[in-house]
Amino acid sequence: MPRIVARTLGKKYKLYRHPLGRLVEWASGDRLVRHQEEWALRGVSFEVGEGESIGIIGMNGAGKSTLLRLLTGTTQPSEGSFAVEGRVAALLELGLGVHPEFDGWQNAMLSCQLLGLDEAQVSAALPWIQEFSELGGHMDQPLRTYSTGMQVRLAFSIATALRPDVLIVDEALSVGDTYFQHKSMSRIRTFQVDGTTLLFVTHDPSAVKALCQRAILLDRGVLLRDGPPDAVYDFYNAMIARKEKEAVIDQVEADGQVVTRSGSREAEILAVDLQDADSTSQRSFAVGAAATLHCRFRANVAMPSPTVGFLIRDRLGNDVFGCNTFYLGVAHEPCAAGEEFTVSFALELNLGCGSYSVTVALHTERAHVASNFDWWDRALVFQVVPGSGAGFTGVAALPVRARLGRVASARTDV
Amino acid sequence: MLRNLWRYRSFVLGMASREFRARYLGSALGSVWAVIHPLTLVFIYTVIFGHLMRSRLPGVDDAVGYGIFLCAGIFTWSAFTEILQRSVAVFLENGNLLKKMSFPRATLPAIVLLSALVNFAIVFGILLLILLVMGRFPGWAVLGLLPLLLLQQSLALGLGIALGVVNVFFRDVAHLLSIVLQLWFWFTPIVYPVSILGERVQALVHLNPMTDIVAGYQGILLHGTWPAWHAYLPQLVLAAGALLLGRALFRRLSGELADQL
Repeated sequence: MPRIVARTLGKKYKLYRHPLGRLVEWASGDRLVRHQEEWALRGVSFEVGEGESIGIIGMNGAGKSTLLRLLTGTTQPSEGSFAVEGRVAALLELGLGVHPEFDGWQNAMLSCQLLGLDEAQVSAALPWIQEFSELGGHMDQPLRTYSTGMQVRLAFSIATALRPDVLIVDEALSVGDTYFQHKSMSRIRTFQVDGTTLLFVTHDPSAVKALCQRAILLDRGVLLRDGPPDAVYDFYNAMIARKEKEAVIDQVEADGQVVTRSGSREAEILAVDLQDADSTSQRSFAVGAAATLHCRFRANVAMPSPTVGFLIRDRLGNDVFGCNTFYLGVAHEPCAAGEEFTVSFALELNLGCGSYSVTVALHTERAHVASNFDWWDRALVFQVVPGSGAGFTGVAALPVRARLGRVASARTDV
Repeated sequence: MLRNLWRYRSFVLGMASREFRARYLGSALGSVWAVIHPLTLVFIYTVIFGHLMRSRLPGVDDAVGYGIFLCAGIFTWSAFTEILQRSVAVFLENGNLLKKMSFPRATLPAIVLLSALVNFAIVFGILLLILLVMGRFPGWAVLGLLPLLLLQQSLALGLGIALGVVNVFFRDVAHLLSIVLQLWFWFTPIVYPVSILGERVQALVHLNPMTDIVAGYQGILLHGTWPAWHAYLPQLVLAAGALLLGRALFRRLSGELADQL
């Protein structure tokens, strides 16, 4: 039996240009309309079974939080309907609990009462909350003195003191420190085994893949994809990559500072593209996928063949891998002025998941310092997403195998 | 709505009692302040106005008479305005909670009502104690305070909820209310007896529902006379009307509250 059923769920917000617009509508009995409608969510239908876990993904403003708020009951749907079976506990946006002036105990107690726990359950939950949140003596301090991390710890402990039938978690958890994140994840996992249904919003793909059997992709209030996390993430990443590609182009046009380009321009890079095995332009690749980096350049003056190089950097700007035609031992014939050439680098993207940039350069000899013709920082950005292989962490996808053995002499029985 | 309130009674009780304590939290004397504050007021009204300024009430020929008159009016008025002003702000103040948690919204005005009643009980308890010490305890007529209180607080709660819900959409309501309350205070015979007014103005002042309610309190505390209950029918109708209006607006708009916060 499904725990959550949503049928063509929609939430509309009214936007008034002037605060008195609403008064005009009220006074006229809604005959005069002074607002514009904005649908934060529309036509969303899905079912979630008992013990099932769903990751809700999407860009900012996709409607994730609205969906969670509807299911929690803090806001009413404008159309459609939903039903949630059993006790719901929600960790929505962070804020200072019930009352910032009250201490941790009082906030915990009042929150438990709001979650529908009876007196016996509340008194049993309080010591557990203190222990799990590891707040210790801070429980006696007013909530306003808590750090964000401490607030998360308290809020999570309250929400999970008693196993809920449905647990709804907004991005709140990602605020906590790594240690507590691990602790809370394992608590969530135990709940899953016992049949708690989980709805989870996060920007962290690995958390969704680790916790959820299913993912729902929302974009501008519409449910785009509903399926296994891998497939949904592939789609999502392709979507992001498309947007990022557009963004890079925008950056160059808007402000030369963002995507830096330098050099004498005696030779000039005309175009850079990254293509997949089917020779189609692509910005999202699975780990280990074959890719080709295409560069087109023009010699503006007659010169001996220049060196064409590229550099892949991670999201933080660390050099991950770079190479050039000089190292690879390939070179064009000497170039006449105005002649155009292409260079293609065939690569296997044995990289960890994440976002990478490609910088392309034209220069003489080994490195660009000698004579730099054209240096194009972050000429393009691409994503590496998990492939079919085993999961791993880090930036390099090293081929790895594990072999097991047993040490016979270590056993002491006779 | 009432069943929901009953189910969440421990939350309402907990919030009201913690709010009371929080008000005096961090002060060394704690809730002793809850007593000191009204004591000071009683002192000011009786000693300053009665003895120093020699204000006399027509028909009452003693020094504390005017002081008791003032206390009866002002404490009643504060209980009335406390509910009104706090109900108007209660949804905005708890916006954070309304956005995060799903619970019966009606608990919020219930908390306001409860904590206002507690404050009123403290203040009036002290006042009655002082009257007892001075040998001016009104006797059984003091029970007449309860129906008056019920009338007055129902009116305040009904209006308060109605205005509180609307205030979420138009924040001007709270500002407007504080001005209206100032005018309303002086339009009610609290610091002056109604008899000093001219006849035309008296008729006007009697249209004010608070006039008779405050007069009822003053009669009980000053003369020990029971209120003339039949005269309170308009107030009863008004209070019931206010509660119904509050409930109607609350039902219609409570779903939209969280979207506006």
